[in-house]
Amino acid sequence: MEASPRQETPLRYLLSGNEAVALGCREAGVHLGAGYPGTPSTEILETLARMVPEMYVQWSPNEKVGLEVAAGAAMTGARAISTQKHVGLNVAADPLMTLSYMGVEAGLVVVTADDPELHSSQNEQDNRHYARFAKIPMLEPSSSQEAKDYVAAGMEISERFDTPVLLRLTTRISHSKGIVEAGTARPVEVKGFRKDYKKYVMVPANARVRHAVVEERLEKLRAFAEETDLNRVEWGDRKLGVVAAGVGYVQARELLPGASYYKLGLGWPLPLEGIRRFAAEVERLIVIEELDPFIEEQLLAAGIACEGKAITGLLGELTPGRLGKGLAAAGLLADAPAPASEAATVLPRPPVLCPGCPHRSLFVSVKPKRGNIFGDIGCYTLAALPPLQTIDTCLDMGASISTAIGSSKVATDGKPIFAAIGDSTFLHSGMTGLLDAVYNDANITVLILDNRVTAMTGGQEHPATGKTLMGKAAKQVDLPTLVKAIGVEHVQVVRNHDQPAVKAALDAAIEHEGPSVVIARAPCALMPVKIRETPYRVDPAICVGCKTCLRTGCPALSLTGAMTAKGLRQVVIDEAACTGCSLCFQVCPHDAIRLASEEVPA
Amino acid sequence: MSAKTTNVLLVGVGGQGVLLASDILSQVAMEAGHDAKKSEVHGMAQRGGVVSSHVRFGERVWSPIIPEGGADVLLAFEEAEALRAMHLVAPDGAAVVNMQRIIPPIAAGKDWDYPEDPLADVRARIPGMVAVAARDECKALGNEKMVSVLLLGALSASLDFGEDLWRKVILARVPKGTGDLNWKAFQRGRELAAS
Repeated sequence: MEASPRQETPLRYLLSGNEAVALGCREAGVHLGAGYPGTPSTEILETLARMVPEMYVQWSPNEKVGLEVAAGAAMTGARAISTQKHVGLNVAADPLMTLSYMGVEAGLVVVTADDPELHSSQNEQDNRHYARFAKIPMLEPSSSQEAKDYVAAGMEISERFDTPVLLRLTTRISHSKGIVEAGTARPVEVKGFRKDYKKYVMVPANARVRHAVVEERLEKLRAFAEETDLNRVEWGDRKLGVVAAGVGYVQARELLPGASYYKLGLGWPLPLEGIRRFAAEVERLIVIEELDPFIEEQLLAAGIACEGKAITGLLGELTPGRLGKGLAAAGLLADAPAPASEAATVLPRPPVLCPGCPHRSLFVSVKPKRGNIFGDIGCYTLAALPPLQTIDTCLDMGASISTAIGSSKVATDGKPIFAAIGDSTFLHSGMTGLLDAVYNDANITVLILDNRVTAMTGGQEHPATGKTLMGKAAKQVDLPTLVKAIGVEHVQVVRNHDQPAVKAALDAAIEHEGPSVVIARAPCALMPVKIRETPYRVDPAICVGCKTCLRTGCPALSLTGAMTAKGLRQVVIDEAACTGCSLCFQVCPHDAIRLASEEVPA
Repeated sequence: MSAKTTNVLLVGVGGQGVLLASDILSQVAMEAGHDAKKSEVHGMAQRGGVVSSHVRFGERVWSPIIPEGGADVLLAFEEAEALRAMHLVAPDGAAVVNMQRIIPPIAAGKDWDYPEDPLADVRARIPGMVAVAARDECKALGNEKMVSVLLLGALSASLDFGEDLWRKVILARVPKGTGDLNWKAFQRGRELAAS
């Protein structure tokens, strides 16, 4: 092939950090991607499935399985990526810690997408600690361009140092779009599985030896950190030096354009000697990092004087406003960026279950049972908010069943104990809890909210949907059969919107001594198709303004200005939003709600 | 090209098309030769929550987030959301507000009321505010699903991009077969802002 004589202008795209990671996978010749959906990481594998058909990608039932699938590909000499949100890496932490000992055959990059500010999470843990904990290198992109470039860089580091590499994103990197210059895709061959007992069988005798290898590797990585151009010094005014990585770097550049920077792309291990030299050249050294004092404490331990958390604080996202206030208080900004006016107090819009959501119908029936309801992670967690207020706990994926078991063993109030868990979450890590409930004969009722989709994260496939991430037909796990095979004897399947049937099933389940399961089945109102049945309408001649329907929390219902004779405001249904689920029709004690297709006098 | 970064803040409620509008705007900014960044938070938005999208462009954009009080132009898809965003708008900032009220279920309770007249409050801060009845305008054109594009048309009067560029990016983004009608909606929005 002849070289093209003309200079090609590189293609430029406006990509989110997640899309950029997907493009990076394509360019780095990654063969396999696996993970479990979780905000803000989900779009990486979705983009790969859509845009990179030559690559194999899959949803796994949970992050531990996903990381192991990726590790198996890497052991077989194929470059692989595993994706998850920060708390997902907790689930995958078991394989991660020992993969560090094993190393890789081909590159393995583990993406953790952290969520400072808890935009859509149950905590805001700082997963940079995992790099140090597992003793593996970590890359932290500051932009979409770097998110793309660091996939190839990560694969090279992984192969050169025989280690998994952590690629740490945060919500603001994953979900911000920036300009990315595309590179060229580099096909990489699959080397195949190579048997190596001492490296891949982590029995104590081998693992003991590998631990020493890990420590030696760490020394080499420390030397690498000092020389790699992933880290760079940008000289400005030497009065102030800033050490920063990831989103902290761009936020700092925005507010302190004149300062000198030690910009870290390799977030761990740190180039301590390079930073020490940098520190010696500047009058004042500060560290700009979100969440924990991860960099700051390492610098202080190395005897490099710096300020950090005193300026940035420990909580939430480092927005320009928050950072600006900290910098101003530290005398580093002449004038704090002040809002032009006070923030107006406007009514909040807490997220709500959608009109027609099957979870609402179920919880409206569960609420009068006055039980203790152990909840889980998914849209249905929103049922904890007013007016439903029917979920009493939310801990982590799968915890509903296991915490309900623990409670059932000690509770003395005689209340029925429920565990409420979605289908995807049940398959993620609820099955083992249910096995425990059977094994230890817990007197609980498990509600499996079977809407056949991973809804909270935007509608991903899972083992019960009958489709793979790549769009192929898949074997569909049958939940009643699965639950019975686990050993549950009292299993009922109901349609969520059928209130009398749901109530009867709940009563029978509460009555039953020992574990029982109610599979409440109805498709998500939004996914995979938006449900639109004949909407309902309120008959103003009948509505007495009792608000029973409003207590379901359906956002299609609102109060009108029209008053009843007793001075109560009547209810109106937004017919464009109503899906026709019939819940309000079923709960109305006055028969004031009818199908819009029936003639109701206006 | 000016070294100053231009900040456009788009706000609304989940499902209104805020993200489509900010996608188109940021693409236009990039194709006009600017560095561009756009940021929003996905996740809960679909569930009736507040959506806000930050679009920044200029010679070099660092932070993906507009500083408080730094938005040069506000494009609000919903009246109360315009009011909520007021403190983020620059003292000499401009605003385009869609005349639509989406009343959340929380307003049915005792604690919260929907603001009396958000448009009047916004106009008190930004006398040049442009209010557009985008849904009615789109209905008149024959398709209610063009609110985002019509509002972009109204926004475009405050920005310095050529019509050809807008047209190219919009046609690439809207559903096939709706290009001409969407372009009409854009022009109608531009006209409304100019009048």
